[in-house]
Amino acid sequence: MVEVTEELIAALKRKAVTLRKHIVRMTHNVQSGHPGGSMSACDIVTALYFHVLRVDPKNPTWPDRDRFVLSKGHACPVWYAALAERGFFPVEELMTFRKLNSRLQGHPEFGTTPGVENAAGAEGQGLSFSVGLALAARMDHKAWRTYCVLGDGEQDVGQTWEAAMAASKYGLDNLTAFIDRNGIQQEGRTEDIMPLEPLRNKWEAFNWHVLNIDGHDFRQILAAIEEAHRTRGRPTVIIARTVKGKGVSFMENKIKYHGAATSDDELKLALAELEGMEASM
Amino acid sequence: MTAGPWKMESQRSYFGRALVDLGRRNPNVVVVGADTTESLKSIDFGKAFPDRFFQLGIAEPNMISVAAGLAAAGKIPFATTYSVFGSAHTYNVIRQNVAYTNLNVKIFCSHAGLTVGPDGATHQINEDIGLMRGIPRMTVLVPADGPETARAAEAAAGMKGPIYCRFSRTNVPTVTSDQDGFAIGKARTLRDGSDVTLIGCGLMVARCLEAAQALERERVSARVINLSTVKPLDLPMIDRAARETGRIVTAEEHTVVHGIGAAVAAAIAVNHPVPVAMVGVQDVFGESGEAEELLRKYGLTAEKIVDAVHDLLKRGDRRK
Ligand SMILES: Cc1ncc(C[n+]2csc(CCOP(=O)(O)OP(=O)(O)O)c2C)c(N)n1
Ligand SMILES: [Mg+2]
Repeated sequence: MVEVTEELIAALKRKAVTLRKHIVRMTHNVQSGHPGGSMSACDIVTALYFHVLRVDPKNPTWPDRDRFVLSKGHACPVWYAALAERGFFPVEELMTFRKLNSRLQGHPEFGTTPGVENAAGAEGQGLSFSVGLALAARMDHKAWRTYCVLGDGEQDVGQTWEAAMAASKYGLDNLTAFIDRNGIQQEGRTEDIMPLEPLRNKWEAFNWHVLNIDGHDFRQILAAIEEAHRTRGRPTVIIARTVKGKGVSFMENKIKYHGAATSDDELKLALAELEGMEASM
Repeated sequence: MTAGPWKMESQRSYFGRALVDLGRRNPNVVVVGADTTESLKSIDFGKAFPDRFFQLGIAEPNMISVAAGLAAAGKIPFATTYSVFGSAHTYNVIRQNVAYTNLNVKIFCSHAGLTVGPDGATHQINEDIGLMRGIPRMTVLVPADGPETARAAEAAAGMKGPIYCRFSRTNVPTVTSDQDGFAIGKARTLRDGSDVTLIGCGLMVARCLEAAQALERERVSARVINLSTVKPLDLPMIDRAARETGRIVTAEEHTVVHGIGAAVAAAIAVNHPVPVAMVGVQDVFGESGEAEELLRKYGLTAEKIVDAVHDLLKRGDRRK
């Protein structure tokens, strides 16, 4: 990876604001979808797509590409926004999200959207899918890596832990998982719905290399990914403390915006905030 | 949704109120949920009876087995989630821990079929009726509207044994009335007719009624049956429909591979073969879109039911 410069951080920050604007617009346009978890994962996804992943928008199925797997499929607005900005398909297409006959389905569909690597929607399958990818890369002696983004609500799902055991059994150091630790799931706070803490200890007990970071700090995100790359013999999980709805003050930490779009007035406010942020950069 | 004289109402709201009613009357009724209880309105029960409500997080297989344990110890658990998670996602748990164990678990699910809408194919299950009716001992209910959803919950609580019930996310036209009553295993004739019988379930019952009205203008007399119990099938009523009208069209928001069309056709083929046509989702996944757009794109309309009747009439081989 190239050196982390001030310019790089500034560019990533700007890109993340652009993605957040897309997320708010896409979900507003169709009056459905999941803005909150898209915005909390936005900085992680930005760091991956605009600095880390070796992918080729001209050749989305290039066999040696790194794989990005979105396990919490409802957050696909951030994925679509990143793919469009990265050149996998036209940015204008984002406004077809969730509409009839669109390539941008309400939850990711494999084979339809250029750059989308996995079908998701039912929570809890992405990490297992990632284990399969990582095993295949290793069998073929390939250097490509697999990155999987999970929700914290997704830690409720038993299959997440089935995958965790399998990954450590096979010592998959070519697999890096991110947990978007925004503290909120569909209808409440994770610690009320199904307490997760001590989450770090759980993953350590499953023999993963565990890192705790601020999921909105690009230096920490990039440093954690570097450390995951250096780690041998074990998969790494990066527990990223995040804010659901991050970037728009009235959406932050609100359970409502898990699965609700902004109203017309709220859209204006949200865009004004994000544009203000852009202007100050 | 449907241009008709009907009121559009939420099955989920009726379900939520019915649960609270049941809770008041029977201290053994308990509810389990999986981070979707606001959607299902089963949270209403949780607010009224916090000690009899268990929020189990995004862990549906666990939820079903917990419900089974509660039932094994004498409770009457309602397990509530979206249809895709309360059927396909948890299939073998239901099979082993609920049906094979023969327990009194009531799996009540909203968000059935295409009308889930913009969430897309991952959430639009068009296979749950077939999956569930294939499990021995399972009773399968598909209420046509809000009031019937409440009656189904009530009847389910009063019956011993495993039950799966699916209904819609969208508001649906209210086509039944309280006088209709509700008995598990009994279909209901909503309109009499002699040339063809339209057998529907769920929100397609209203479309069958619309189709019957349209057919009446062409002097085709269509009987309409609300098949709100898919299993056990009301064989006497289906047999009578075959004998008296000589043609059957089924309509469902579900794949035709193994839904009510397949169930009815099999029964008719065995008992009294007459021509059958099926309106439903073909062997494909759904996609994102608004509920009404999807019903149109996938051919789940009154017009398609009328077309199917026309096809049968053209064949002219009615046998009574
Ligand atoms: C198996 C399953 N059960 C239920 C749902 C419905 N659902 C969609 S998102 C969600 C909450 C997700 O919470 P989390 O993983 O924390 O996502 P985030 O906060 O990052 O948006 C639920 C319950 C689902 N998608 N999959
Ligand atoms: Mg969360």
